[in-house]
Amino acid sequence: MADGPVADVLLRRLEAADGGLDSAELAAELGVEHQAVVGAVKSLQALGEIIEAELRSTKRWELTAEGEEIAREGSHEARVFRSVPPEGLAQSELMRLPSGKVGFSKAMSNKWIRVDKSAADGPRVFRVVDSMEDDVQRRLQLVRGGQAEKLAEKERSELRKRKLLTEVGSWRDRPFKPYNFSARGVLPDSGHLHPLLKVRTQFRQIFLEMGFTEMPTDNFIESSFWNFDALFQPQQHPARDQHDTFFLQDPAEALQLPMDYVHRVKRTHSQGGYGSQGYKYTWKLDEARKNLLRTHTTAASARALYRLARKKPFTPIKYFSIDRVFRNETLDATHLAEFHQIEGVVADHGLTLGHLMGVLREFFTKLGITQLRFKPAYNPYTEPSMEVFSYHQGLKKWVEVGNSGLFRPEMLLPMGLPENVSVIAWGLSLERPTMIKYGINNIRELVGHKVNLQMVYDSPLCRLDAEPGPPQTQEAA
Amino acid sequence: MPTVSVKRDLLFKALGRTYTDEEFDELCFEFGLELDEITSEKEIISKEQGDKKAEGASDVVLYKIDVPANRYDLLCLEGLVRGLQVFKERIKAPLYKRVMPNGEIQKLIITEETAKIRPYAVAAVLRNIKFTKDRYDSFIELQEKLHQNICRKRALVAIGAHDLDSLSGPFTFTAKRPSDIKFKPLSKTKEYTACELMNIYKTDNHLKHYLHIIENKPLYPVIYDSNGVVLSMPPIINGNHSKITLNTRNVFIECTGTDFTKAKIVLDIIVTMFSEYCENQFTVEAAEVVFPNGKSYTFPELAYRKEMVRADLINKKVGIRETPENLAKLLTRMCLKSEVIGDGNQIEIEIPPTRADIIHACDIVEDAAIAYGYNNIQMTLPKTYTIANQFPLNKLTELLRHDMAAAGFTEALTFALCSQEDIADKLGVDISATKAVHISNPKTAEFQVARTTLLPGLLKTIAANRKMPLPLKLFEISDIVVKDSSRDVGARNYRHLCAVYYNKNPGFEIIHGLLDRIMQLLDVPPGEKKGGYVIKASEGPVLRPDELP
Repeated sequence: MADGPVADVLLRRLEAADGGLDSAELAAELGVEHQAVVGAVKSLQALGEIIEAELRSTKRWELTAEGEEIAREGSHEARVFRSVPPEGLAQSELMRLPSGKVGFSKAMSNKWIRVDKSAADGPRVFRVVDSMEDDVQRRLQLVRGGQAEKLAEKERSELRKRKLLTEVGSWRDRPFKPYNFSARGVLPDSGHLHPLLKVRTQFRQIFLEMGFTEMPTDNFIESSFWNFDALFQPQQHPARDQHDTFFLQDPAEALQLPMDYVHRVKRTHSQGGYGSQGYKYTWKLDEARKNLLRTHTTAASARALYRLARKKPFTPIKYFSIDRVFRNETLDATHLAEFHQIEGVVADHGLTLGHLMGVLREFFTKLGITQLRFKPAYNPYTEPSMEVFSYHQGLKKWVEVGNSGLFRPEMLLPMGLPENVSVIAWGLSLERPTMIKYGINNIRELVGHKVNLQMVYDSPLCRLDAEPGPPQTQEAA
Repeated sequence: MPTVSVKRDLLFKALGRTYTDEEFDELCFEFGLELDEITSEKEIISKEQGDKKAEGASDVVLYKIDVPANRYDLLCLEGLVRGLQVFKERIKAPLYKRVMPNGEIQKLIITEETAKIRPYAVAAVLRNIKFTKDRYDSFIELQEKLHQNICRKRALVAIGAHDLDSLSGPFTFTAKRPSDIKFKPLSKTKEYTACELMNIYKTDNHLKHYLHIIENKPLYPVIYDSNGVVLSMPPIINGNHSKITLNTRNVFIECTGTDFTKAKIVLDIIVTMFSEYCENQFTVEAAEVVFPNGKSYTFPELAYRKEMVRADLINKKVGIRETPENLAKLLTRMCLKSEVIGDGNQIEIEIPPTRADIIHACDIVEDAAIAYGYNNIQMTLPKTYTIANQFPLNKLTELLRHDMAAAGFTEALTFALCSQEDIADKLGVDISATKAVHISNPKTAEFQVARTTLLPGLLKTIAANRKMPLPLKLFEISDIVVKDSSRDVGARNYRHLCAVYYNKNPGFEIIHGLLDRIMQLLDVPPGEKKGGYVIKASEGPVLRPDELP
């Protein structure tokens, strides 16, 4: 490691040295393996711009056992030459000498000897020259003397071919460093999808698998009318307070509202109707015109249901949306001024609370949540309303995972939906399940520019129904 | 959601039995309440101000219970106990009665000066009430809870409760110039004019939140008795003279406000809750309010309303099959006294004055479902047959973002709201040229405008991640917002794609290559011919050639 003793010594030596150090020399000097020095260099390099290193390859050569013998005793061909007396030698006898076979052909091609095949008792070998230079021996002796560089590349390679010379450190003779399976591999260069949006993809997938059609939600700016009034949320409702909602200065007011419908909404708020007592207050158009950043995607659902109501005859629908909503709230580790809302809506004749619970069970099962229970709750635009709780194995308690209900008749009937059509709906935030899924405690690390990119790089696939962890028990709620 | 804090032992005494914390939590859940926290005064103080300050504080166990925002009848111990006892069929819901006094009726006369500032008032008398410390605290606390919730922080309604025996009617609700109003307010020892009080209360942590309601009005509302004693200057403060104490036996309650319906509801809630402690339990003495037009009304209304709901409607909405008799029993457990009438399928339901939240049959259906038990309802799947469709813009976004990642770029997710500076000054653009929508009530500069470009968010993402190894290759596909007068709200979203390459070298060819890749994915050929794309130089203010290395 970088702070190991070798790296330490290396840095000290480098500081003192002029013009760098040779790793091999340093290894020899320190009496450590060359690999230890190389390792220290690599780990120092990994720290950034601390040291510079360049790769130098030096080749060293040494003699093989046969080469050693030749350097000592002369080449085979020289030995063959020397064994041939002036009167010649029978070839068969020459071949029996230790260097005979190899030396004979070499000496022949060197034209040091000749063969007289017509001799009486078989072929006979004679010297051609009186003396010769044993270049092979001389060259090998040079190598042995550490002067391999005095040889031409061609000469060295010829000696290598004859297996007299070998390159020091040649991989063939070296033991391989074993693979380090406990170390991390090098990650491929790649792009990454954002974890929150990976979860969004999964939620979209779940809705699509369940036959839900995606609603258009690409309008962050909404009028108070669609965001509140259409949902039968009274104009004095706390959510319509400056403290909770971002209102717009420009464009401050909606330019158009569907006035027929607006009048029906106004009447329902102020006087009642459709079987309702109404809220009995003075409903103001100015208040409904006020533009804002939508506080929930239910505003988009209201628009979608209004469009549905205008299409005759009524056809049942299943809708969903996942998009941003905005709240002028106090910010903390789990709340931002904007977050993503997931919403599901089913409209059909005769839908019941039992249907809502059935759909929720299927939906949450796909998220890997099987233990559900339902708590009565209050929402201004749903009645009956129910909060959805699931048992959290880690926290050992029931936690709220969503909100749901049947839209109020005071919302649906002014739109023009048939009286026996019920609309069930539920919603949850995208951030919360994502934070739980990826173990993120501070929402700022997930959403916005302060995102931890390393976290984005490292985040695993989003497989909501394959959650690791303790198995869910089958006990009833 | 309002949270009501009650003493556990007092609650159990009133409920006539004890519960383990788990049992009580379960009961709350079933009834639609939430046992939010189990604590004590000592614990609360020590958490907020440190252990030192908590020394000597009470360690009586407190239950903090979350109550649905529309259930004003559950905002005090008395109401919670009554609701739960009726739910568990241990008692019957009381019948609240308005009675005429033996002597003269208390009168509150509204003068026309109030019209512009606080036009409505209602009143009632709780006769021969017996306070104890706990009852008194609960009485004060209920007023506070109502003020915070249905009264919209006193803007819609403000409540004043007075020791009737210290006053003499008739009372006058009028409006006067602040300098002409002078009285000794609650817990002060001397008299102040209204102007002085408004100044004093600017530093009062509790009252400073209400000053804005009347602060800039020429006239302030004020209530006098026949001797000119100030009862209250709503919605700010009561007079000290008529302050109620543990010994008060007769309480005059006035509610003034700008919303008549809510004022009546608030009065009904207070008197139904605390008439429990009157000598004649659950009876309330009427008071008369004379409006500027001369018309006079008697309050509290304590109106009982009859609703008729068919049993099969309840069964059909909930998804159960109960007999009409059973349904009537379930509703009665929710303080909605019900009986089967007519053809045997009709249920007649009496809505008591405590249940102002019941405004439609669907509210009755919900109560039947709660009493039946949400978790006892059979879950079924609707047979609704539909074909799923993706929103085309989102479908394309999904496809493209995967290929952007495949091209080696990492997805960022930045805020749709930002400062004016982010989209204008910092990019060298004038804000008026951006067509940005502006937020009127941002708490900080981070929320001044909706973004008109994705670039600032990506640049800020890079700035916050400088510790990461280079290069950084980021992209985002998301919406921006601009004004557009052709849309009903005067603004619209556009889906943008933005990518940034950040390294030691400019690497324009990399972003250029990415663009080519995107065009390839979108099947748009390069070249001048129709349907193709070309890149042309422009003198944009964002990229300044002189600043490039």
